[in-house]
Amino acid sequence: MGREMTNQKPQSEMSYTVQQLVSVNPYNPDILPDLENYVNEQVSSQTYSSNANLCLLRLYQFEPERMSTQIVARILIKALMAMPAPDFSLCLFLIPERVMRTEWVLVLWKGWGMTIGMQMEDQFKTLIVLSHYLETARFRQFWDEAAKSRHILEVVPGFEQAIQAYAIHVLSIAYQKVPRSVLAEAINIEGLVLDKFIEHHITNSGWAIEKNQNKGQLIIFPHNEFNDPELKKSAADGIPLENITRILPILG
Amino acid sequence: MAGAVPYDSEQSAHGDSASGYDPNYVPDSVKSFVVHMYRQIREKNVYEIHQMYETSFQSISDRFFKDVPWPSVDAVATYVDNDHVFCLLYREMWFRHLYARLSPTLKQRIDSWDNYCNLFQVVLHGVVNMQLPNQWLWDMVDEFVYQFQSFCQYRAKMKNKTEQEIALLRQYDQAWNVYGVLNYLQALVEKSSIIQILEQEKEGLEQFTATDGYDYSGGSNVLKVLGYFSMIGLLRVHCLLGDYHTGLKCILPIDITQQGVYTSVIGSHITTIYHYGFANLMLRKYTEAIREFNKILLYIFKTKQYHQKSPQYEQILKKNEQMYALLAVTLSLCPQLKLVEETVNSQLREKYGEKMLRMQRFDDEAFALYDELFSYACPKFITPSAPSYDEPLVNYNQDAYRLQLKLFLYEVKQQQLLSGIRTFLNVYSTISLAKLASYMEVDEHTLRTVLMTYKHKMHSVNSDGKIVSNMDTNFYIDDDMVHVVESKAPKKYGDYFMRQIVKLEGIMTDIDRIKLE
Repeated sequence: MGREMTNQKPQSEMSYTVQQLVSVNPYNPDILPDLENYVNEQVSSQTYSSNANLCLLRLYQFEPERMSTQIVARILIKALMAMPAPDFSLCLFLIPERVMRTEWVLVLWKGWGMTIGMQMEDQFKTLIVLSHYLETARFRQFWDEAAKSRHILEVVPGFEQAIQAYAIHVLSIAYQKVPRSVLAEAINIEGLVLDKFIEHHITNSGWAIEKNQNKGQLIIFPHNEFNDPELKKSAADGIPLENITRILPILG
Repeated sequence: MAGAVPYDSEQSAHGDSASGYDPNYVPDSVKSFVVHMYRQIREKNVYEIHQMYETSFQSISDRFFKDVPWPSVDAVATYVDNDHVFCLLYREMWFRHLYARLSPTLKQRIDSWDNYCNLFQVVLHGVVNMQLPNQWLWDMVDEFVYQFQSFCQYRAKMKNKTEQEIALLRQYDQAWNVYGVLNYLQALVEKSSIIQILEQEKEGLEQFTATDGYDYSGGSNVLKVLGYFSMIGLLRVHCLLGDYHTGLKCILPIDITQQGVYTSVIGSHITTIYHYGFANLMLRKYTEAIREFNKILLYIFKTKQYHQKSPQYEQILKKNEQMYALLAVTLSLCPQLKLVEETVNSQLREKYGEKMLRMQRFDDEAFALYDELFSYACPKFITPSAPSYDEPLVNYNQDAYRLQLKLFLYEVKQQQLLSGIRTFLNVYSTISLAKLASYMEVDEHTLRTVLMTYKHKMHSVNSDGKIVSNMDTNFYIDDDMVHVVESKAPKKYGDYFMRQIVKLEGIMTDIDRIKLE
């Protein structure tokens, strides 16, 4: 989550230079190699810059002959890891169809099902399918597909943790109390490892547990403005500081 | 906007073919127009310049130049001391007139690009000492982006290109090059320091908005205001490229919740909000889009009568209709009806009430409607890259639009079951997952995923990385029960108290002033 994920690692020199380039001189074909190198650095140092990556995709859009499918795939994986931010869609908006050699055929099944039939680079097809599963909270299908596509995903360290963080985010805005089985499926962890995982979050993230009627375990998320209506109301009644400053002379 | 007869060059030989256009023939009204305009510009009479630019130019065009270009710049230059800058300005109007009434040739497109380059370079060098009306400065940026869009569309239609045209395209590959366009806009923003000016204005250290951008201390408003409007130009270009996120970033220094220089010209106001709303729609920031469309549509409703005579009237009406379509689409995905003002709502129901009902069914017919409205209202997306002239000649001018449409429909498809959930949530205050699943004819596991999708889709991430809710009907899940939260408008106690405090203070001040005998 979040635009510029640093995972508590200090910004490298390269990242600082690239950020400068992107903000000062973004419409410049010469910075393309720097941006490509920066993608690789983001992958290896587990950092993320959506601005720099969008800048690169833009340059690819201006000069499609210079596009590297490998770099684009990495950008897309990093974008998936940024969910719930819409970065993956932002990237797709910038990748011309003829470059991806796609022929989108949406086969509409009734109700919930949907198949995307296309002829395109296998990795892009896989990533779009994975994104679809995540966007529609179909975590079981996501982890199944991810397991099959390990060879594509393992180039980017931290992928699994990032998706688990996203899954927890979605659960915590929808649920006050979630059954253990639902959590397990969402983050693809079971058994003792899941116990440890839950312990960790009880200590560090304010989770709690209780038993439900079926003797299953319920995980209780801390209340936030999205899963607790009471909290939302108080947020909405706030007054912006600028308005208070207008009456300070009167009160003073 | 296309006429039937393209002209080969503004410098064509005396007495052209069919319609007898003579670029060197200068009617008296044109002569006095340029002489007058030149003097007003030298004397910095902004009001007069505006009158001439907006009214005189139009009426002369209507009388003499309905479907022919104005006289060539060489023919009028003698009347204005061959002033270099005035000639650039004249040519800018000349080309704009051409694009509006006729169909430009490739050579003319390239010449217009050259003119803009020269004009912007003069401005960027800071040697311009004029005050021009905001309307004109906005039109320059707006037309610049429009001609870029037009060029990309033109270039992408390779099928019927002649050898000559292809040769010209290859030769002048810098003309309307996407890097060039973006860099000029960016340069205007930077050189004018407009971002810093707006920042400092917030702290009271600068005057810009208060004077509508005009410089009352003897300087020039041209660079500053062009820089300001270029931010909106960048928003527009980025939307045309499908880069909504960057587009919104470009407009960030402008506070669109307030009046500003962008509202001083109706065209700029509408263009800003149209693209801002569209970008937010594509980024799933539905509430924000609804809010802004609502405001501008109300504004247009109240003020369009004042623009009936203006040359922008048709454009205003067109954008008005397009924004109603976008609002209809946004509300079908996120029915936050309480954000829509009554006047706008009744107009909306009149135009799209029936279609909105059908769109919320999310069946095949609904998708056709989403397609129809999106296609009608979306910007004219472009492919910025030059074609490979060696490949077989095909038309690919629709590619960019088709991609954006597909991605949009893809998003709509993902939200298909949400409207069903909404119906039930509006009826129940609590309902078990089992019961809800049976009503929706899905299994419980699927229902859980649908509910989570609903939550995910109805929240967006703002520029600080914070989660923002767009939820209309809110709910949360407790194990296997769904609890629906009634969304009441919160009582604005704070607001009420503030107003009373100010009022009381006013009364006390008044009483203090009363002198008792």
